[in-house]
Amino acid sequence: MKYLDEFSDPDLARRLVDQIHAVTSRPWAMMEVCGGQTHSIIRHGIDQLLPEGVEMIHGPGCPVCVTPLETIDKALAIAAQPGVIFCSFGDMLRVPGSGQDLFGIKSAGGDVRVVYSPLDALTIARQHPDRQVVFFGIGFETTAPANAMTVYQARRLGVRNFSLLVSHVLVPPAIAAIMESPRCRVQAFLAAGHVCSVMGTAEYPPLAQRYEVPIVVTGFEPLDILEGIRQAVIQLESGRHEVQNAYPRAVRDDGNPAAMAMLRDVFEVTDRTWRGIGMIPGSGWRLSERYRDFDAELRFDVTGLHTSESSLCRSGEVLQGLLKPNECAAFGRQCTPRNPLGATMVSSEGACAAYYAYRRLDLVQI
Amino acid sequence: MCLAVPGRVLSITEVDGTTMAEVDFGGVRKDVCLQYVPDVATGEYVIVHVGFAIQRLDEASAQQTLATFERLGILQEEFGDGFTRAAEQTGADR
Ligand code: SF4
Repeated sequence: MKYLDEFSDPDLARRLVDQIHAVTSRPWAMMEVCGGQTHSIIRHGIDQLLPEGVEMIHGPGCPVCVTPLETIDKALAIAAQPGVIFCSFGDMLRVPGSGQDLFGIKSAGGDVRVVYSPLDALTIARQHPDRQVVFFGIGFETTAPANAMTVYQARRLGVRNFSLLVSHVLVPPAIAAIMESPRCRVQAFLAAGHVCSVMGTAEYPPLAQRYEVPIVVTGFEPLDILEGIRQAVIQLESGRHEVQNAYPRAVRDDGNPAAMAMLRDVFEVTDRTWRGIGMIPGSGWRLSERYRDFDAELRFDVTGLHTSESSLCRSGEVLQGLLKPNECAAFGRQCTPRNPLGATMVSSEGACAAYYAYRRLDLVQI
Repeated sequence: MCLAVPGRVLSITEVDGTTMAEVDFGGVRKDVCLQYVPDVATGEYVIVHVGFAIQRLDEASAQQTLATFERLGILQEEFGDGFTRAAEQTGADR
């Protein structure tokens, strides 16, 4: 079996793969929600170890990829203003806006800084009281507690020159939207482990019931993913649709109550547009009333921007699992990591980037 | 950016009313906020995402994960410099 030797425990990997083969009697399609899992699957060739007909569909779980173009353009407009220090996670640097990207703003003299943690941006704000410091607050439920705490701290410490450009997205409404799509082929989900480390598993049983779909909470390492697939296939084969936790070492059923309390204080649920997908009701967070004055969109005038999306890029379909990256006509031709047409080609969790990095040879020549 | 990495708490301090820690990720040390895992003690392992511990983790699992991430170059990706990476990307297939 090719690839197996690269697993940290090849014997265990072999046993899991054998068990998946033993229980599978017919084709199944399951979606890994998280982009980190997508990378792990492609990097280790996990999809190629599965029985004939068992297909992994890549999900929308990359916050960099789903940040709406309009929000990227707002970030670029804010970052280009004199006196602004614009802080972001490194993944956002080369995500294409309508015209350019943050890396370009930096090259043109803008003060764009990459931080490891949003608290670093707050520190920068305290060091530069004469400048406006804006942090690009993206991420799923895993990241939101960090950004929430940073805004909470800014308010508590009276740091007035700090604000957040918020584009938080939530996983469960996205799962519902995927299942509601008439083109949906997904029969089971591997849910993103670290989202559940924060939020717990309580939101999933209603989804599993309503859509009659097994949901297995799964980690990111190759063995975790094989175990998640194994549990999902066993459920599918026996006609069950339950929520299972295949990542108990990092996920408690009640999640992280302290983080959830902070989230409820700082954020409130809002409708959110996902890049390439469109509006999903109740799928995002924005700053709650008490923290609204830390909203960068209100502090800077960024209305009336004209967005223009690449007409070639089909990342919306990639993000919904309707198209594999290598089925996009621009993949490896007009669109490469050097000249990305969509965020999915640049983000370290993007599906197109994963296909490009690990299967360059067999796929560039479609 | 989406990854969460296990690390060992080396020391705990109070900064501006917030519990912070120095955490070791297989050799790389970072300041991490412990506010969401208030009962963690020095020497224990936590899962850290963008500078915040989000859960505790047992030592054996943490060591195993760190070894895997090290081998796959993921630690370098996570803690390396974003601009260097972006610059490399612009010349990725030149
Ligand atoms: S390969 Fe490029 S153009 Fe095609 S969907 Fe992916 S990001 Fe868009």
